Amino acid sequence: MYAPRIPRSWSAAGPGTERGASEMTAQVKYDDVEAGTELEPRTYPVQRIDLVKYCGASGDFNVIHWNERIAKSVGLPDVIAHGMFTMAEAGRYVTDWIGDPGAVLDFGVRFSAPVVVPDDDIGATIEVGGKVEEKLDDNRVVLALTARSGDAKVLSRTRAVVKLA
Amino acid sequence: MGINRDYLGRTYPPTEPYEVSRVKIAEFATAIGDSNPLYRDRAAAQAAGHRDVPAPPTFPIVISMAGSAKALMDPGLGVNYAMVVHGEQRFEYSRPVYAGDVVTCRSTIADIRDAGRNVLLTTQTEISTVEGEHVCTAYSTVVERGGAGN
Repeated sequence: MYAPRIPRSWSAAGPGTERGASEMTAQVKYDDVEAGTELEPRTYPVQRIDLVKYCGASGDFNVIHWNERIAKSVGLPDVIAHGMFTMAEAGRYVTDWIGDPGAVLDFGVRFSAPVVVPDDDIGATIEVGGKVEEKLDDNRVVLALTARSGDAKVLSRTRAVVKLA
Repeated sequence: MGINRDYLGRTYPPTEPYEVSRVKIAEFATAIGDSNPLYRDRAAAQAAGHRDVPAPPTFPIVISMAGSAKALMDPGLGVNYAMVVHGEQRFEYSRPVYAGDVVTCRSTIADIRDAGRNVLLTTQTEISTVEGEHVCTAYSTVVERGGAGN
């Protein structure tokens, strides 16, 4: 079975540790993948500080992403991550695999459950996986992605169309 | 009250031009934990074939929210914003957003439909440069909980 070439950074310990990404352009060749080719899963930690940073970077300061008191008052178990933060981690998974942010042609998700982020030193994790679902013409492939946090499937119907080398 | 179905297909005036900066792209990349040098280093981006620093795939939400907010905040549409959650998101790219782009958004109410007790409302936001080059189309679907049958 085909083992996709995994950029060196994929074995890195966690976020902020990847190096050499600029060497990754067009790493994956269209001819090297088949429908069903699995991508190596990755885990992305999420702590409260990440949500605070994402509030500032995105401009989405909805209180449920940083205020536990208000999050609980509207029926949530705790502070939750922005859906777009979770989508961003899935996007990062895709761009790390293909090595080129410009090769993403289409990217869509459904938010099926929140990522609950407790106020402790561990936080939560988002586990992303994927496979090549279909090969299209013009070196394009459809990736089907999954994202879980704990027992919850946090993204569903997640697809990216990317152009490979 | 409730969502006014007559607003289906309505297009809103374009947003004020937004100038994409390398600093904002780097800030966004840091916030999502992505240390890829392409998002920070113009020389690295150009060496990889980009005209300037590209933005991560979900960065267009930073820009498109201003457009979709014009629709969602329209009092005549009748969205009960306190009951809204983000249901789905999709981007179709003509190319990445680049540092130096000056872009505007034009949003249309693309779909309004019931799903059980909820209403799903989809805005379609075209992000284009002020020169008229299409960059990305963002589809945002929000769920108004308990909004059906009003």
